[in-house]
Amino acid sequence: MEPATATLEAERREAPAPKRLGEVLLSVDDISLSFGGVKALSDISFEIREHEILAIIGPNGAGKSSMLNVINGFYQPQKGKVSFKGTTFRRMRPHVAAKLGIARTFQNIALFKGMSTLDNLMTGRLLKMKRNLLWQALYYGPAQKEETAHREAVERIIDFLEIQAIRKTPVGRLPYGLQKRVELGRALAMEPDLLLLDEPMAGMNVEEKEDMCRFVLDVNDEFGTTIALIEHDMGVVMDISDRVVVLDYGRKLADGPPDEVRGNPDVIDAYLGVSH
Amino acid sequence: MAGPGTAPEAQDTFPKLLLRNARDRGARPAMREKDLGIWQAWTWSEVEQEVRALACGLAALGLRRGDKIAIIGDNRPRLYWTMVAAQALGGVPVPMYQDAVAEEMAYVLDHAEARFAMAEDQEQVDKLLEIRERCPRLETIVYDDSRGLRHYTQDFLSAYDDVLASGRDRDRADPAFFAGEVAKGRGPDISIILYTSGTTGQPKGVVLSFENVIRTAQNAIDFDRLTDREEMLAYLPMAWVGDHIFSYGQSYCAGFCVSCPESSATVMHDLNELGPTFFFAPPRIFENILTTVMIRMADAGWIKRKMFHAFMAVARRVGTLILDRKPVSAADRLLYALGELLVYGPLKNRLGLSRVHVAYTAGEAIGPDIFDFYRALGINLKQLYGMTEASVFVTLQPDGEIRADTVGRPAPEVEIKLAEDGEVLFRSPGVFQEYFKNPEATAEAKTAEGWVHTGDAGLFTDEGHLRIIDRAKDVGRLGDGSLFAPKYIENKLKFFPEVKEAVAFGHERDYVTAFINIDLEAVGSWAERSNVPYASYQELAADHRVYETIKAHIEQVNQDLAADPQLAGTQIRRFLILHKELDPDDGELTRTRKVRRRIIADRYTPLIDAFYAGAGKAFIETQVTFEDGRTGKLSADLRIEDAKTYPAMKMAG
Repeated sequence: MEPATATLEAERREAPAPKRLGEVLLSVDDISLSFGGVKALSDISFEIREHEILAIIGPNGAGKSSMLNVINGFYQPQKGKVSFKGTTFRRMRPHVAAKLGIARTFQNIALFKGMSTLDNLMTGRLLKMKRNLLWQALYYGPAQKEETAHREAVERIIDFLEIQAIRKTPVGRLPYGLQKRVELGRALAMEPDLLLLDEPMAGMNVEEKEDMCRFVLDVNDEFGTTIALIEHDMGVVMDISDRVVVLDYGRKLADGPPDEVRGNPDVIDAYLGVSH
Repeated sequence: MAGPGTAPEAQDTFPKLLLRNARDRGARPAMREKDLGIWQAWTWSEVEQEVRALACGLAALGLRRGDKIAIIGDNRPRLYWTMVAAQALGGVPVPMYQDAVAEEMAYVLDHAEARFAMAEDQEQVDKLLEIRERCPRLETIVYDDSRGLRHYTQDFLSAYDDVLASGRDRDRADPAFFAGEVAKGRGPDISIILYTSGTTGQPKGVVLSFENVIRTAQNAIDFDRLTDREEMLAYLPMAWVGDHIFSYGQSYCAGFCVSCPESSATVMHDLNELGPTFFFAPPRIFENILTTVMIRMADAGWIKRKMFHAFMAVARRVGTLILDRKPVSAADRLLYALGELLVYGPLKNRLGLSRVHVAYTAGEAIGPDIFDFYRALGINLKQLYGMTEASVFVTLQPDGEIRADTVGRPAPEVEIKLAEDGEVLFRSPGVFQEYFKNPEATAEAKTAEGWVHTGDAGLFTDEGHLRIIDRAKDVGRLGDGSLFAPKYIENKLKFFPEVKEAVAFGHERDYVTAFINIDLEAVGSWAERSNVPYASYQELAADHRVYETIKAHIEQVNQDLAADPQLAGTQIRRFLILHKELDPDDGELTRTRKVRRRIIADRYTPLIDAFYAGAGKAFIETQVTFEDGRTGKLSADLRIEDAKTYPAMKMAG
């Protein structure tokens, strides 16, 4: 008989390798990015495999957000290239990234504050809408059918994230933790292959963090979405990620499974600070 | 339709009632639930199909007659169906509180000897897995929502959908099985075991038979003339007897539709969308709704605000009279009709209460102001008194005889008598069979003649209504032998917003006295508005204007008490306002903010002595515990004042 006190965590680890880590989904090669004289990233390379949860960690100013911004085309690196699903891009553009299936959330929530949760999520479906303005102006017919389908997709996300009660509430009136959840919802509405989360748990209390962790794990598990996230809370990182990339002063310090990274002396130095 | 007794057609179990409903009103909705933002309905015949498959599936998993199946989760159609499917096989559902921590769950699960458990989702499954070791009898867990459970590989876990699928196969192989099992059920069989939370000791499992639940449910249906057209929202815990009777028993007996809210956070929205016709809520919820309304009105534009207050004044004056079909002048009727058009109608619609024709509240005393607010709006809010051991109903308020401070007349087929010490005893077809595996407790609660001790003290008004005054063990006697119910008096005082807590004394004394705790928020905001400066709680509590206000309230309470010949002797003669708030940290209140009478009486003995020595002042020094755990001494000279008392009045006819 196996031990019956299997808790959620234990369960996940004991499960016989449920994750089908697939091909390399995205790789960044030799990325260097500088703003004037400030070097934000230098010669960074790593890859993200399908269905993986990758955490990018590092002290403040290490270049974590810059890295995400390079991946989805907000920043243009001076050197290096990004490959996504086998196609290599010298210059990634945000709208191209979105079309290809890269969605993200922001460190400082970027929602439409005056719009309801539902409408915010619907904006996430925009790229998937096929009918043009004329059809939509007609309302009846194909456009309506399409709208219904999108609404259904959005309702699935509302159900998934357990935000039924705020469906019609203007986002600006919601507490911070819920706004973060809505933002995740909008990213999910795009049905992305790669989800970039910039500090999804910043500023949350323990309970909210636990909820968010569960959602991140469930997204990964249920939809098979690949996730790259930036996070400061080491407990969270060690618990949920399959692999960790450590950045410091724009350089890559380490790259590997959480346990291995935790023991890496360079990482300990960067985090605890040693006199060089 | 059906003959009495055990004729094969007798509808004496819920599975049989389900078959009847599927036959007689198969196309009528039986349950609703919101899925992806849209209300989905299941008709009685669809429910029958589902339950049939589910029962066969459970049988395939090994559920046998007499097996207990724990049901854990929010109100979900599938959990209700599991109940009836289990009952169809002769199994006994044991619904459990979904927010119970694993520890509490382990006790009930083990005590009930549950072999099966139906869990709503991963959260509940995780709890069950955690305690499985301590509940060796638990063999099989079925879950409804499979989200997050994909990698749970234990073979004792089954998904609801899989059970359903295997049930369909089994049903095809042996189509007569389901009907045969249903036919084996009899009225006296155990229908359900409901665990009462119990304030002291371990929870007790109240065993109810089909006869208990069905007869009581049917009696209450006849009493309020409920039909199969009712709409009901099931949002209170399934483990609570009220939900079991209202959303299960009565629904199956009358054939009306029950809806499950989308989530516990959306209940108010769902209420608004569904517009139930039959509604139950504890006083706390009615209070919250009223508070929300008042806050929203305070923020509204002044035209709306003026209109609201003007018409609410009209409603408070004549609304309840109109509801009770009492004579009201034509002018008032016209005003009220105008108010209905402009204020009451839209407000009720907003709250989702516009279609309600019967609403009940119970569980604790409801403030007369709150009660009257809803009745004035034209909502037929009534009170009942009940308990798990009675299958809910002991007393009910008949239409037209609604009082804020009584719980009504004995429900149909219920006999009530009062013991020497005022304790209420009842006997009815709903009286529980026993406490599961606890014959001592059963013998203590139920006499050989079937009378059940409620533990509550009550008295009958001249009208024949029961009034619950206190827990029987707290009721005392004044020096002259008359009944003294401290909580009844305290509750009356606490209905005033300025009074936060009150403690009444009088057992074996000549007259009643009381400590008052002012409500800092209410009195503080009054002080701010009337420019009364104060530096501390202590200073505010000693202010003579505050004393005057409290004194007026006490005299109001005295006047109320004088109207009741049995309680007229317990008017409050003397009172003082305490210099500190009674606090759970100091052990003066329980964590659920119930007054700990004995500890307070001990700690404040000098004050009580001063009451009865006739002193006008008393000195007290008490120890207080600060929030950081340090302790300190707090001393004060408290003023004792006398309140006016009134001669006992004859009830006006």
